[in-house]
Amino acid sequence: MKALLHAHAIVLPIVLPLVAGALLVVLESSRQAWLRRLVRPLSLFALVALGLVALLLLGRAADGSVQAYLAGNWAAPVGIVLALDRLSALMLVLTVAVAAPALCWALGGEDRRGPHFHSLLQLQLMGLNGAFLTADLFNLFVFFEVLLAASYGLLLHGAGRARLGASLHYVVFNLVGSALFLLAASLLFGVTGTLNLADLADRLARLPAPELPLARAALALLMVVFAIKAALVPLYFWLPEAYAAASAPAAALFAIMTKVGVYALARTTTLLTGAEAGALSGLASPVLPVLALATVALAAIGALAARRLRILVAYLVVGSAGTLLLAVGLGSAAALSAGLFYLVGTTLVAAAWFLLADRLAGRGVEGDRLVAGPRPAGALAAGVAFMLLAVASAGLPPLPGFLGKALLLRAAGEGGGSLAAASVAVLLGSGLALLIALVRAGMTLFWSPATSPPPPAARPSASPAADRLERWTLGLLLAAVTALTPLAGRLARFTDATAAQLVAPRDYRQAVLGARPVPAAFDLRREMRERGEGP
Amino acid sequence: MELLFSLFVGTLAGCGCWLLLRARSFEVILGLTLLSYAVNLFILAMGRLRHGAAPIVSKDRVSSLATLADPLPQALVLTAIVISFALTAVVLAIALRAHAEVASDHVDGDAGRERG
Repeated sequence: MKALLHAHAIVLPIVLPLVAGALLVVLESSRQAWLRRLVRPLSLFALVALGLVALLLLGRAADGSVQAYLAGNWAAPVGIVLALDRLSALMLVLTVAVAAPALCWALGGEDRRGPHFHSLLQLQLMGLNGAFLTADLFNLFVFFEVLLAASYGLLLHGAGRARLGASLHYVVFNLVGSALFLLAASLLFGVTGTLNLADLADRLARLPAPELPLARAALALLMVVFAIKAALVPLYFWLPEAYAAASAPAAALFAIMTKVGVYALARTTTLLTGAEAGALSGLASPVLPVLALATVALAAIGALAARRLRILVAYLVVGSAGTLLLAVGLGSAAALSAGLFYLVGTTLVAAAWFLLADRLAGRGVEGDRLVAGPRPAGALAAGVAFMLLAVASAGLPPLPGFLGKALLLRAAGEGGGSLAAASVAVLLGSGLALLIALVRAGMTLFWSPATSPPPPAARPSASPAADRLERWTLGLLLAAVTALTPLAGRLARFTDATAAQLVAPRDYRQAVLGARPVPAAFDLRREMRERGEGP
Repeated sequence: MELLFSLFVGTLAGCGCWLLLRARSFEVILGLTLLSYAVNLFILAMGRLRHGAAPIVSKDRVSSLATLADPLPQALVLTAIVISFALTAVVLAIALRAHAEVASDHVDGDAGRERG
C-alpha cells in the first residue's frame, strides 16, 4: 500500500477530485435521501484527502528534485508525463488552501441554491491540479478546458440575470482563447514535432533559422492565451463583471484561476524562452513587463472608479495579477522569487475579500453598492477584517503584501534603467490609489449614517449556524494571511529555491525526458520475442 | 492542395472572426463554430497534408516520413472537436437562458441597460 502510494502519489491530485466529482454527481441526483445526505461529507472528505496529498507532494518536492510520472507507462516524448517540482507543489497546496474556505462557506447553504455545486468544485480542482502538474502542452490545453468548463458551471451557480450576462461574455471569451491555444499548440507541433514541454524546450533551442519565425509566432500566440487567463492589460475586460457576478464561494475559488495563467506563463517563459533557449531566449521580455505595469495602473484606476465592492475587489485581483506578471516578465531569479512570495499572500487575500464582500452585501437593499446605508451586522468584526484586508491589498506593513512588493521592487531595481524606475513609480502609486479606494469604500460602508430603514434580517438564507460557519471560515482565512508574516522567512527561502529551480530548467528537462517506464509484470512483446514469434 | 486548403482555413477563420464581433449572441456562436472548424483543419494540416498515406507501419512499403501520415494531429483534432462541440452546447444553453430572461438576443442583454 505504502509503495503503491509512493509510486502513484503524483497522479492522485488529479484522480481524487475526478473520482469524487463523478461520485458526487451520482449521489446528488439519487432518489434516496440518505445517499443525498452523503454529498457534503464526501466533498469535504475528498478535499481533506487532497490537502494531505498536496502536503505530501510538497514535502517530496522540497528537496529540490524534479519527479516525473509516466501516465500509461510510456517513456517521455511518446507518452504523457506529469512532473512535480517545487512550483507545482506550491501551487497544489495553494489551490487546496483557497478551495477549503470556499467549500466551508458554501456548506452554509450556498451549495443548495443550484444543482451539483460540489461536483463542479471537485472537477474544477481536478482541472487546476492537472494544469499545475502536466508536462505536456496539449494536456495543459485539456486541463484548461476541464477547469474552464467547471468554472462556467460554478459561475452560473444559482443564476440570476447579471450572472447570465456576465457568463456569456466569460464563456465566449474563453472559447476564443481555447481556439488560439489550439492554434499555438498545433503550430509548435508542426514546427518541432513534439508537444512534451521538456522535449519542446530541447528542440526549440536547436531549431534551424528558417523555422524560427513560425516558432516565434506560435510562442507569442501561446503567451497571449495565458495572458487572457491571467488578465493582462488588453485582455482583462472579462474579469471584473464575471467575478463580481459569481456567488461568493465560486468567486473565492476563482481567486486561483488567474494564477493558473501566471503559472503557465512562468513555466513556459522559463522553460521555452529562458536563458538556455538559444535564439528564442527572452522572447517576451520587451513586452511583458510594460503590459504588466499598465495592468497594475489600470487596475488601480478601475478600483478608484468602482461603484460596487465586488467590482472593487475584482480590480484588486487584476492588479495583483499585473504585479505577478511583472515578476514573470522581469524573469530574474530574484524577481520570480518575489513574485511567488507575493502570489501566496495575494491569492488568500483575494479569496477572503470575496467572502467578506458577500457578508457585507447582506446589510440591506443597498447590497454591496458603495452608497450610504445601514451598518452591516457584526460591524466591528467585519470592520477589523476589512481593515486587515485593505492593509494587505494596498501593500502596507506588516502583512505579506508589503513584503512581496518590497522584494519585487528590490528585484526590479537590480535591472536598473527606465523599467526599474517605472516599476517603482507604478507599484507605489497603485498602492496609494488602492489605499484611497479601499479607505473610501470602508468609510462609506461602516461610518455613513443610515438613510434607509434597517434590514429585516441579515440575509434570507443566513441561519445562526451558517452565520457562525461563515465567521469561523473568514476568521481562519484571515489568521492564515496574518500567519504568513511570522512565517515570511521560511516562505521566502522556499520561493528562493523555487525560483532558482525555475531559471535553471535543466533538471526539469532531464527528469521528464529521462524517466524510464516501470518494467511490466506481463510484457507481451518480450514474451513473443522469446517464443520467436512476431517482431 | 496546400493553397486550396490554406485558403479554406483562412476564409473560415476570417468569417468566424467577423461573426464573433457581431452584437447578437446567435451570430457570435456561429462565429465560434466557424473558428473552431478553421482551428481543427489547421491542426490537421500541421501533420502535413498527404494524400492516401496511412498512419500504419507495414512491410509492403518503405517506412519514412514521406509515405506515412502523422497520426498524432488526428488524435488532437478528435479531442479538440469533442471539447469544442460540448462547450458550444454550453454557450447555446447560456444564450438561450439569457434570451428567455431578458427577451433580447443582444450579447449585453438589453442593449441600453444600465450596468455596473
